[in-house]
Amino acid sequence: MAECVRDIRKLTTMVKTGGCAAKLNPIDLHRVLGALAPMPSEHLVEGFEGSDDALVWSVTDDIVAIETVDFFPPMVDDPYTFGQVAAANALSDIYAMGASPAVAMNLLCFPACQDLSAMQDILKGGQDKVFEAGAVIAGGHTISDATPKYGMCVTAFAKKDELWNNAGAKKGDVLVFTKALGTGVMVTAAKGGDADEEHLNLAIKSMITLNKYARDKAHELDVHAATDVTGFGMIGHSLQMAKASGVTFEIEAGKIPLLDGVLDFARFGWLPEGMYHNQEYGKGSVYFNPALKQELQDLMSDPQTSGGLLLAMKEEDAEKFGYPIIGRVVDKTDYAVKFL
Amino acid sequence: MVDARGLSCPEPVILTKKALSKKPSKLEVIVDNRAALENVTRYAKAVGYNVVSSDKGDGSYHLDISK
Repeated sequence: MAECVRDIRKLTTMVKTGGCAAKLNPIDLHRVLGALAPMPSEHLVEGFEGSDDALVWSVTDDIVAIETVDFFPPMVDDPYTFGQVAAANALSDIYAMGASPAVAMNLLCFPACQDLSAMQDILKGGQDKVFEAGAVIAGGHTISDATPKYGMCVTAFAKKDELWNNAGAKKGDVLVFTKALGTGVMVTAAKGGDADEEHLNLAIKSMITLNKYARDKAHELDVHAATDVTGFGMIGHSLQMAKASGVTFEIEAGKIPLLDGVLDFARFGWLPEGMYHNQEYGKGSVYFNPALKQELQDLMSDPQTSGGLLLAMKEEDAEKFGYPIIGRVVDKTDYAVKFL
Repeated sequence: MVDARGLSCPEPVILTKKALSKKPSKLEVIVDNRAALENVTRYAKAVGYNVVSSDKGDGSYHLDISK
């Protein structure tokens, strides 16, 4: 067994890549999944094939179960904060489907040789977020492992016709984004000693914010398509949504809210490795206006942990919604996404 | 010289930052992945250095950083 890291209070010293930046390269992932035989089922409404945020299983003619799982190594040092971030991130896929979580199970890897009070703090952070979400934790599974990892499997139930998916964006819709971008860059800059605590706290505040509030508000409106922007960045998740909808997204990069300081940190090269994978993933399908500064282009591919919702809706609905409009849906062109 | 082979980001940038904080007129950095190549280049340029990089063909990249 790997030796114990002594300072358990600094969780990030125990990992190479934290948060959604630890996701597998999307190109490799699609290749592996593409080689597996599909498993059709008459109950399965959404499975592997689509790029939706969660699976959808029909329970009765009009009620569906929605299920998702997400876990990752820590991107922050404090165990309680890490627990909150991991839970907010796992719950987010349910909100991205327009539903509200009902029940969750913990997934936890933790070095058994360590002070277990940190493990308890991680679980407490997760529990507090699930409580805030109005759901319950009903079990879980724990493994002793040198690198800590935490997350959840979350289940929700909803009326089938009230679900959001990522395939419904229509020409003339506007695109709305509900958080600021830059958590991957901020965490990397903090590791490098360039982002101070005050800056890092902006990212933490964003990562522990549940997408519940944006979802609840949008649920009153007519949402045509939705996803949450996480490990594949704005570039990857907007690309999946535009492709699924058979349209092109024109995104005005300058209108996307950014965490304070991340443009500078990106310019200084505090970019997570996943940023480059995401950029590669977009090649051929995504256009960048060459007039956009390199650091702004880079931030479009920054892997987000517990990122915001990206929603397509009519402009009059977006005005009621109140979050920033960052782009428009147009007829399909050679590029599925254009950053202008 | 900074040999950052085998290290993933942000380690190569942290090592480069440390070496450049002594304000040398020249620094050679060796990395072995594209993210490190790009990020070290961005860092050195952002703090006012010129960067010339070469692909050594053995999976490593050499960066000649100079004022």
